[in-house]
Amino acid sequence: MSEADPMTAPLSERAPILHMREVDKTFGGQVAALRRMSLTVREGDFISLLGPSGCGKSTALRLIAGLMPPTLGKIEWVGGQGAGDLGVVFQEPTLMPWATVAQNVWLPFRLRGQSFKSVKDKVFEALALVGLEKFHDSYPRELSGGMKMRVSIARALVTRPRLILMDEPFAALDEITRQKLNDDLLALRAKTGATVIFVTHSVFESVFLSDRILVMAARPGRVIKEITVDEPYPRGLEWRIAPQYGEIAREASDALHGTLHAGQPEMAE
Amino acid sequence: MMAVDPADSAATPQTPMCEGRGTGPLFDADEERRARRKRIEEVAKYIVPLAILALAIWYWDRLVVWNDIEPYILPRPGLVLSTLIKDWGTLSQSLLITLQITGMALAVAVIGGVGLAVLFSLSRFAEMSFSPFAVILQVTPIVSIAPLIFIYIESRMIGLLLCAWIVAFFPILANTTLGLKSADHNLQDLMTIYKANRWQRLRYLQLPSALPYFLGGLKIAGGLALIGAVVAEYVAGTGGIGTGLAFRILEAGYRLQIPRMFAALILIAVTGVVIYATTSLISHLALRKWHESALKRE
Repeated sequence: MSEADPMTAPLSERAPILHMREVDKTFGGQVAALRRMSLTVREGDFISLLGPSGCGKSTALRLIAGLMPPTLGKIEWVGGQGAGDLGVVFQEPTLMPWATVAQNVWLPFRLRGQSFKSVKDKVFEALALVGLEKFHDSYPRELSGGMKMRVSIARALVTRPRLILMDEPFAALDEITRQKLNDDLLALRAKTGATVIFVTHSVFESVFLSDRILVMAARPGRVIKEITVDEPYPRGLEWRIAPQYGEIAREASDALHGTLHAGQPEMAE
Repeated sequence: MMAVDPADSAATPQTPMCEGRGTGPLFDADEERRARRKRIEEVAKYIVPLAILALAIWYWDRLVVWNDIEPYILPRPGLVLSTLIKDWGTLSQSLLITLQITGMALAVAVIGGVGLAVLFSLSRFAEMSFSPFAVILQVTPIVSIAPLIFIYIESRMIGLLLCAWIVAFFPILANTTLGLKSADHNLQDLMTIYKANRWQRLRYLQLPSALPYFLGGLKIAGGLALIGAVVAEYVAGTGGIGTGLAFRILEAGYRLQIPRMFAALILIAVTGVVIYATTSLISHLALRKWHESALKRE
């Protein structure tokens, strides 16, 4: 696994992982859930899809995950998609309640027919990355919401995927836990060199985490603006209070508000 | 949200939490009151039903004595007990047979119910084709089918078994089918993403998800299997040797041996309670580590 390299290299020089070309998705032939979305994901990217509900950000994620086919257009993995190339973190922790933490993290390997023993090191390494190796024998119900989310992240990381998709993973958590997990997520990214597509409806979260923000609008779901965040990683508290952080947040907010007022009247969050 | 607490293991159902009452600053008055109430409840859980039962039996006994009721109308509890002991040889033989039929019917119901539910979940077509039959079998009263069954089936034992099975298998089928369908949709997506095959999906996701539903069905089916076995035997009537408790009740009724009738009745009731307790225990043991129904909340 190539580390650090893709993360410091300029955007254009990083190797592409995945292309979305002119992807359309319509449900029932009526409203376009997603229109004409094109995106090239490059190694080391941290891309946020930012938008109000109904803007197609989750649809985009489900398309990339291969959970449904696009109506039009293409999604291509460079070099094809291998087993374990993709990790997904849902809005809910989505753990199997009948299995221990370690067994949950083992799942991606288990489905490939690999015994626990043969991948034990990898499972524990992933748990160590999220700081939960001591809880490997606990059941999900014994953990707090934030800890469950960490297990979910460990499971997504355990195969060392080329791409991790995160669908508003921290939306249900309290603000303090959420900030902590944001910090931890960036630390994880630094350690693993993971490439992430992150769906969120929080402007600040997207500015803090990502190097590219795609602002999306609803009806039809589409990308209306791409914002590049030049701040180098690692990012910490200084970044949260930097003037540039505020400027980018402002830019993203303005773009978002434009979408809300331009379309039909809709309740803003 | 529960924090991890090593002491919070469901393995110890009765946490002796209030041993050191008043020894430390841990308990204030309010908490102590709550602890005391909990302790009382813990004991009362067993004492109260037993006391009521004893009271009822005592009242039954008095009723007979006060009103001078003949034993062939309503025997005294003591007489029932002594009959139970005196006739234990015959009654225990019959109990064994009823137990055998019930147990076998339940076992076949579990295999058939779960098997059919898995088949339904694998194939919509199978579900469409067979579920009407399952429903028809379920809604037709067993007493009305049983006579036919005993005409068509030579072996009395197999006939009884079939009757008990028909009654018992539906709750298992219905519950397990529901359970197999109610696996978390995000977990199903996860299975798709990791390219799980049909068998893996069933084994790692659907079957564990269905377990609580299945166990709920098992609790119902256990009682129904006993009812099915007893009812079928009523319909089958006298049949020479190998006869179960229901036949003993019929026989005692004809001969006006009412105490014996009561004794057999009590054995059936106790059997039902034991079956229920056993299935509940199985359910608790299987789910105590993870399922909401088995969790204790603070």
